[in-house]
Amino acid sequence: MNMNMTILGQIISFIIFVYLCMKFVWPPLTAALAERQKKIAEGLDAADKAARELEDAQQSVEAALQESKAQAATLIEQANKRASQIVDEAKETATAEADRIKAAAAADVEQEVNRAKEALRAQVATLVVAGAEKILGASIDVNNHQELVDKLAAEL
Amino acid sequence: MASGMSSADYIQHHLTNLTYGNHPVNGWSFAESGQQAAEMGFMAINVDSMAWSVGLGIFFIVLFSRVAKNATTGVPSGTQNFIEMIIEFVDDNVKSVFHHKNAIIAPMALTIFVWVFLMNLMDLIPVDWVPSIAGAMGIHFMKIVPSTDLNVTLGMSIAVFVLIIFYSIKQKGIMGFLAELSLQPLGKWALPFNLFLELVGLIAKPISLALRLFGNMYAGEMIFILIALLPFWAQWLLSVPWALFHILIITLQAFIFMVLTIVYLAMAHDHH
Repeated sequence: MNMNMTILGQIISFIIFVYLCMKFVWPPLTAALAERQKKIAEGLDAADKAARELEDAQQSVEAALQESKAQAATLIEQANKRASQIVDEAKETATAEADRIKAAAAADVEQEVNRAKEALRAQVATLVVAGAEKILGASIDVNNHQELVDKLAAEL
Repeated sequence: MASGMSSADYIQHHLTNLTYGNHPVNGWSFAESGQQAAEMGFMAINVDSMAWSVGLGIFFIVLFSRVAKNATTGVPSGTQNFIEMIIEFVDDNVKSVFHHKNAIIAPMALTIFVWVFLMNLMDLIPVDWVPSIAGAMGIHFMKIVPSTDLNVTLGMSIAVFVLIIFYSIKQKGIMGFLAELSLQPLGKWALPFNLFLELVGLIAKPISLALRLFGNMYAGEMIFILIALLPFWAQWLLSVPWALFHILIITLQAFIFMVLTIVYLAMAHDHH
């Protein structure tokens, strides 16, 4: 075992290799590692955030659903109310219309009856005059007995 | 085991580096034996250790920087995932021990961990493969595990030691550093004793760092070489369990070298 210049050669190579390692190996590799670490951390953060956002979204969806359900219920209730109101109104209108028609019909009937009565009365007056002429055998001056005939007719 | 060699020669051969240096008689040449390599003294270089060590270092830098260049922040590919695992492992260790701001520590820890691991990993290549190929190409010696060369482990630990001294002085000032060396643990009246104690502790750091790795790898390699001396049909009985166990050792030694480096530098930054 001889000690010789190999020792110096080894010192020089050692210095050169450490320098090369410092220059070309260590910084890029540790930078890549740090970068990846950062990326993973960011990814995890993003995942957390997304999960939180999802939860928020689900909550707001739930709230919106509840609200629309309530709205729909109100609307249905209103519609029902309105419907029954319309039905009631229609009923009232129909009743009123029916009453009106009934009244009109009654008035018509009355009128007809009166007219028939008048016609009848006129005919009765004529018939009475004719009957009386036959019974008396003479003509009755309608003008002279107008008062009597009218009275008779009115009594009929 | 190559034929025509005694066991001692075989072991000796496997533990000898390919050394190029200034021999007092032959001049600048490759050493033909361990003896010649020793005679070259300091003006020599273990070519095999340097080549494998630098080659594995380049492999580490190229592999990691290619992955780093194409690193995506999305879903990583298999290779990127594996590299990122290593990076995070090293980063966790650095962060749990080292609490100051220093851009050098983590990349250095990564370099030490992966590079030492790769150098140790060469131990799992069967001991005769590469030396046989090298021998066929006319290269006499080929030790492929750089961390079984004390020069290599000591080189790294000395670099770490220089950083320890540098950051100690940078963080505490030269006087602060000297005070730390001389005024504890027993106070200023025992200054020489303190200085002695602290200096031994300080010097022991790089020495223990280098010797621990070297010793473990050298011993492991030695056992592989001894197993290779058995008849070929019996070798697997021992080499397979030892290789499996050795996987643990090479990882553990790379890890220990890295962690101790971080700890020593953290101590250099801390004020006592």
